[in-house]
Amino acid sequence: MSDLTRKTAAELSELMASGETSSVEITQAHLDRITATDTAVHAFLHVDTDGALAQAADVDKRRAAGEKLGPLAGVPLALKDVLTQDGVPTTAGSRILEGWKPPYDSTVVKRLKAAGIVILGKTNMDEFAMGSSTENSAYGPTHNPWDLARIPGGSGGGSSAAISAYQAPLAIGTDTGGSIRQPAAFTGTVGVKPTYGGTSRYGLIALASSLDTPGPCARTTLDAALLHEVIAGHDPMDSTSIDQPVPPVVEAARRGDVNGLRIGVVKELGGEGYQPGVEARFHEAVELLTKLGAEVVEVSCPHFQYALPAYYLILPSEASSNLAKFDAMRFGLRVGDDGENDAEQVMRLTREAGFGAEVKRRIMLGTHALSSGYYDAYYGQAQKVRTLIARDFTRAYEQVDVLVSPATPTTAFAIGDRVNDPIAMYKNDLCTIPSNLAGNAAASFPVGLADEDGLPVGFHVMAPVMRDDLLYQVGAALESALADQWGGVLMSKAPELEVTR
Amino acid sequence: MTVVADVLPIDDALAQYDPVMGLEVHVELNTKSKMFCGCPTEFGAEPNTQTCPVCLGLPGALPVVNAVGVESAIKIGLALNCEIAEWCRFARKNYFYPDMPKNFQTSQYDEPIAFNGWTDVVVDGETYRIEIERAHMEEDTGKSLHVGGATGRIHGASHSLVDYNRAGIPLIEIVTKTIEVPGEKAAAVARALVSQLRDLLLSIGVSDVRMDQGSLRCDANVSLKPKGSTTLGTRTETKNVNSFRSVERAITYEITRQAAILSSGGKILQETRHWHEDTGITTSGREKSDADDYRYFPEPDLVPIAPSREWVESLRATLPEAPSLRRARLQTEWGFTDLEMRDVINGGAVEYIVRTVELGVDAAAAKKWWLGELARAANESGKDLGDLGVGPAEVAEVQKLVDEGALNDKLARQVFDGLVKGEGTPAEIMAARGLALVSDDSALIEAIDRAIAANPDVVEKVNSGKPAAAGALIGAVMKDMRGQADAAKVRELLNTKLGI
Amino acid sequence: MPSITREEVAHLARLARIELSDDELDHLAPQLDQIIGLVAQVSDVAAEDIPPTSHALPLSNVMRKDENVPCLTPEQALSGAPAAEDQRFRVPRILSEEA
Ligand SMILES: [Zn+2]
Repeated sequence: MSDLTRKTAAELSELMASGETSSVEITQAHLDRITATDTAVHAFLHVDTDGALAQAADVDKRRAAGEKLGPLAGVPLALKDVLTQDGVPTTAGSRILEGWKPPYDSTVVKRLKAAGIVILGKTNMDEFAMGSSTENSAYGPTHNPWDLARIPGGSGGGSSAAISAYQAPLAIGTDTGGSIRQPAAFTGTVGVKPTYGGTSRYGLIALASSLDTPGPCARTTLDAALLHEVIAGHDPMDSTSIDQPVPPVVEAARRGDVNGLRIGVVKELGGEGYQPGVEARFHEAVELLTKLGAEVVEVSCPHFQYALPAYYLILPSEASSNLAKFDAMRFGLRVGDDGENDAEQVMRLTREAGFGAEVKRRIMLGTHALSSGYYDAYYGQAQKVRTLIARDFTRAYEQVDVLVSPATPTTAFAIGDRVNDPIAMYKNDLCTIPSNLAGNAAASFPVGLADEDGLPVGFHVMAPVMRDDLLYQVGAALESALADQWGGVLMSKAPELEVTR
Repeated sequence: MTVVADVLPIDDALAQYDPVMGLEVHVELNTKSKMFCGCPTEFGAEPNTQTCPVCLGLPGALPVVNAVGVESAIKIGLALNCEIAEWCRFARKNYFYPDMPKNFQTSQYDEPIAFNGWTDVVVDGETYRIEIERAHMEEDTGKSLHVGGATGRIHGASHSLVDYNRAGIPLIEIVTKTIEVPGEKAAAVARALVSQLRDLLLSIGVSDVRMDQGSLRCDANVSLKPKGSTTLGTRTETKNVNSFRSVERAITYEITRQAAILSSGGKILQETRHWHEDTGITTSGREKSDADDYRYFPEPDLVPIAPSREWVESLRATLPEAPSLRRARLQTEWGFTDLEMRDVINGGAVEYIVRTVELGVDAAAAKKWWLGELARAANESGKDLGDLGVGPAEVAEVQKLVDEGALNDKLARQVFDGLVKGEGTPAEIMAARGLALVSDDSALIEAIDRAIAANPDVVEKVNSGKPAAAGALIGAVMKDMRGQADAAKVRELLNTKLGI
Repeated sequence: MPSITREEVAHLARLARIELSDDELDHLAPQLDQIIGLVAQVSDVAAEDIPPTSHALPLSNVMRKDENVPCLTPEQALSGAPAAEDQRFRVPRILSEEA
């Protein structure tokens, strides 16, 4: 059964239901694949072999006992290391949390466990999700399975790399400015940022509270939808959680029909600064949607150009406060406690030693933006720009059902390329950030490879708040039409990874 | 290190300067759970047994607002005649401190839930209106134990041990506008205000207001301006002045200290100061600096609170009457004279008498104990009436024993003494101290026989038609019984014996 | 003229409790200056009457009942502590009283 790792979650589910294989077999196959490939990819920070196999055995036992199980019961998953899991190391990619084992489950993890999903381990990420390449992880970068010399995107590079390396069929990411969608685009996989408040943040180590959104990563649209349905829904532990039914995402993914759907191409998200191969694949996909019966128009969102500056005020401001708790007093790293240094000095020394350069940069920026005399000009104004961006969306949605753009201006770049140029790095997220600021749902779907470098290109779909189902409708339509063209999903074009023993 | 500053005698100080005050009062609410999580709020629990990821500030945890916390804040606002915000938010106050788990306090900044109120306080029969700037919601911090120093104080300690049970307990911060009253009344008005706030909070039932447990804490701002001047002076903020007496003493001290500095040409530093209950002085804490940049911003983990007007009005309907009306009503009900009522108010005993009377005790008896034996004990120990460990329930119990004839007033005073000293329940104290009245007739009759035998001249007088002379015999019997007899009972038995 | 000086960066580091090295200060000041140049664009985009947005959906009055839920055990609470003593978090000496 060596091909178990090539199956989709939906296929694995059927194989288990029909008794052809077990969760333990599937889990073991993926653990083996991790062992064989992760030296090269470095998608995982922690592999919970015993925990995963125990969970799998439990699902198998319950299935054998005739218990009615959810559609994803027994399917393995890779969890971004920013979500707490009781008793399992959780670092958020930071030295300051090395060895910390949270005493509680995040809501996402609670729901995964309740659905019988097997958690293989914790995936690599930019430290505290600050970054677009996973190079900011304190534990070393993750490599893109399509080209190991390149970054897999970020911050959730580990999760996307894991699914594109067939180490897991499913993964959880979190998206603050594109951290699910951009890595999905760079790895030829599907990544969905649900509506803000559609998935619970309880147990998500906060980067920017008003932007952070957990969401599903998978190799197919249907798998992403199945996972979306498991983790979404109201959570009384998160005050910003939306108390409404989960949009019908699975049904939309199964239907995959765009006939009559009105699609708006965002004028401002393209042109200068966009790689030709990215634009070419994007426009072909738009054409394909037209052929499938969608009505396509161009739409202007004039304030999107201010999304990046607004984002780099709001995020650092909230982050500077959210990260204050990492102070060496109650958990995590402590440096300089020699009996001589006082608490304040130990805090300073620990934070100096425990945080990486990008984290410090953003804490400093946020501290500046919130300090007296600057608040109104910076944070206050950025919140107003948010209103303008949300209004751009509202106006656009009066004309169209969804908006589309490339997911990223370029394909995956080389490791080390942009580490010393923060602004170039920030510009990766030009297309994805507006949806975080406005809180609406958005996703990236693979639409082919750029001619110039043979690397995956992501197609970005943005849907109104709580219309996450529309994303899946578009994604599934594209996926099946492209599979017809290619004779399979894009992932089947990925180069084989060298397997180590 | 304590430096004793020179002070000017208070009369001299007030002759030259007018004090301007402001009070910030923190009240711990008596909700079952904390402000943002479901942990209990019990005082005195074992360390770190009432914590969860939220109040420990663990990575990933999120706050959810306690509805009763908001309700209590609105009630307090209404009781202080405040406007209640139609829409308000929480804000983060960012600063680092080891007993504050998130290194920001979830509080309110420019959008408090209640604002623009007032309350009237009475001092020596004179009414002063205190304007209330705002009342806002926030959370308490943990508690640090400083280890290795000589006195458990922060200075000289080698390390500290932190208990987060208190972290996250709901607090309401009440902030007055500047208070300017005649200098000689200033400290007394501040004390009366705090005492009245305590009464108000008790009467609306939102807090236990145990000052000894820190559930009501005051910070007092004081500045001086030269008599006749309108320019405000530099103010100091004296932290943690945690009894009514201390409020009065600390403000008086600050007036005399600042006056001494100003009159010798010095400058007041804008700083926080610490009140020392034992020595009765304040010492320099921390100078205000540009590091006091709290970087307030709206708490993004919480959504706005928009109390509907129906909700506010329904809470208003539950409020007891205003303090001044209530005082007048109580005076009538209790049948006290103006002077008696003034003593009760000045003594901070109104609420205790109310609750004692509720337990079935006659108002005069309640007043007698609260203003007599208990006020004396409070004064002697430097405590507030509420911190003696004797409550209305104990007073009612003792009075019941008096009414039943098991105690007389003299013995009751000894019982109160035992209660204040923590010797147990009234019954236990009576047993331990042997205080019960002798109700055994045969013992009394024996004592009467002894008295008759020892005082033949008195018996002679009674028998010769002067029954009033029997009083001397009663005195002798009471003395013989060491006071532990009911005088009425003795009289009854003696009369029978003597046939009168 | 830079919008942020090295001294200001040092001040921010004190506020943020990060013991930056001289090297880092040299490095960070121009970087922050550059980033602030980028983000400062927002300051004149929105008109006075534009309301601020803090969340996607304008929720309000999200509250929970005043009820107790199980706490962590003290062992769990202290499980991540760098140092503990007498069931309390042991922290280095604290020099000044709370702010
Ligand atoms: Zn708690």
